[in-house]
Amino acid sequence: MTPAHPSAVSAAEGLLARLGVNRSGFRLDLGLRLVPGETVALLGPNGAGKTTTLQVLAGLLALTDGRVELAGELLDDPVCARFVHAAERRVGMVFQDYLLFPHLSAADNVAFGLRARGVPRKAATARAHAWLDRVGLGAQVDAKPRALSGGQAQRVALARALATEPRLLLLDEPLAALDAGTRAQVRADLRRHLDGYAGCALVVTHDPLDAMVLADRLVVIEAGRLVQEGAPAEVARAPRTEYVARLVGLNLYRGTSTGMSVTLPAGGRIATADVVEGPVFVAFPPSAVALYRRRPQGSPRNCWPGRVDGVEQHGHTVRVRLQGPVPVLADVTAGAVADLSLVPGAEVWAAVKATEVHAYPA
Amino acid sequence: MPASGAPEAGHAARARARTRSRRTASRMPAALLVPAVLGLLYLVLPLLALLVRTPWSGLPAQLARPQVVDALRLSLLSATLATALCLLLGVPLAWVLARTQIPGRPVVRALVTVPLVLPPVVGGLALLLLLGRRGLLGERLDLWFGITLPYSTAAVVIAEAFVAMPFLVLTVEGALRSADVRLEDAATTLGASRLYAFRRVTLPLLAPGVTAGAVLCFARALGEFGATVTFAGSFPGVTRTMPIEIYLASQTTPETAVVLSVVLLTVSVLVLAGLRERWLSGAATR
Repeated sequence: MTPAHPSAVSAAEGLLARLGVNRSGFRLDLGLRLVPGETVALLGPNGAGKTTTLQVLAGLLALTDGRVELAGELLDDPVCARFVHAAERRVGMVFQDYLLFPHLSAADNVAFGLRARGVPRKAATARAHAWLDRVGLGAQVDAKPRALSGGQAQRVALARALATEPRLLLLDEPLAALDAGTRAQVRADLRRHLDGYAGCALVVTHDPLDAMVLADRLVVIEAGRLVQEGAPAEVARAPRTEYVARLVGLNLYRGTSTGMSVTLPAGGRIATADVVEGPVFVAFPPSAVALYRRRPQGSPRNCWPGRVDGVEQHGHTVRVRLQGPVPVLADVTAGAVADLSLVPGAEVWAAVKATEVHAYPA
Repeated sequence: MPASGAPEAGHAARARARTRSRRTASRMPAALLVPAVLGLLYLVLPLLALLVRTPWSGLPAQLARPQVVDALRLSLLSATLATALCLLLGVPLAWVLARTQIPGRPVVRALVTVPLVLPPVVGGLALLLLLGRRGLLGERLDLWFGITLPYSTAAVVIAEAFVAMPFLVLTVEGALRSADVRLEDAATTLGASRLYAFRRVTLPLLAPGVTAGAVLCFARALGEFGATVTFAGSFPGVTRTMPIEIYLASQTTPETAVVLSVVLLTVSVLVLAGLRERWLSGAATR
């Protein structure tokens, strides 16, 4: 599914928002534009304003300034004193811990929104059953939330939100409450359901994998502001902040390039195969770094001395943190750790081929 | 059998160690244990004395006396009505206290607790000054509608509800505070009005708290004496509730007072036990 570029489609169809919220010591200032059928992941560290963004869009919190427009309808605009109450918005929300009503069965949970909107009991129940069938829970219609597994509860929450046919679906960390075993399956299922959903979907997450799998586009915010936006592959290849770099697992530096050599503010120098001039970002993966006990002979253009600062298991490899003129994260095998006796304090050399180093304008 | 002696000794030692560790874990300092036991005796011994001195053989005859039947019927009726009144007014009041940001909320909460600390006799007098025939509101009620409240069964209900309401409000407010507000948010995002969310989500989840509050409220109303006798008086069959009947009997025929007390004690215990069995425990295991 490839949605058209946001700006190419009339905003009257989707979500158009500029969110300004002042809270004690914190300001959210974020523009958002989603087209129908598009799934956007909102990423950011804790306290970046992700939850505030969802609350404002859901109508649980009013804007200080800015405006929210969904499918051509103005939902919130302090200037003209317009605020559509959460109950009257066509916005569905899947909460982080699902917040299923513990005293109602799965079917009654899903039917709740329809009943609240005046659909007669029989029709609401029938539609709830259909939704539960659709998310593969046809056998659990009468189950109370406490009898459901985490993955099942998540699907009930999704069905409950979708049953009211919202124009905008908000998902707050939809996979965070699941254990690693079920997470992959639930993630794939969620992607399938989002693909079948015609409205706009905004997924808040701080898991890069969830974002990459679920979203067509990533929006990264830090301290209430947009720091990076783009297709998942694009963001993963060229991070623009330390947070994003850590998220996608790259070494990231900011410096000044003269042709194919980048000088870091601290004095280090990194060679790259990309030709750019002026202020740049430089990124390379930890797996591209080779470590040596002595300064290596031969070709590597990038070769920096460093002292081992930390060693930790990272999946099937070992991640080594080096301090030096160019601080580096390096992924090496457990064997290399033993061979090079990479204990904290050890002096080593790090080498990276210039062709592995990606430089792009800052 | 020396061969089996060693393992047995080991087993015994382990058992001893277990006992010792269990004893260590549950050992209480005497400085706390002694007053705790005294406190328990203090609460239980008077009731024991009551039961010991009850003339059990004369019980059926005493119970069949019309004034006893009248007083018991009146007590149960007025306490039930008072509890209903408290539920009707107290649950919304608790909700306002727990969930809204009205100005001066601490003051409102303080006002709600006043009847809790006020001597009931003073409460009864205050009710008389408001609703009595010459009272602030009572005069108008009499003048405009011909309604006189004092010395009627309605006055009993009003006095009991006045004294018992704080028990309900504070219990329900506590339950509301510990309930997850975000469930109401979830209901709102699904299109529920505040009232609909309250009725379908908040109230059902609040049921154990409301039940506990209503039980406390009923028990307090059943035992109410001071405010009732001051505001409603003591007319047999109309305002003479069990506590008043007991007090009057204790002045003349103490034996009757003892019997009546046992009846009231039984009713109270039955109410508490019955509600606990049927609702409280059921709700607790949910």
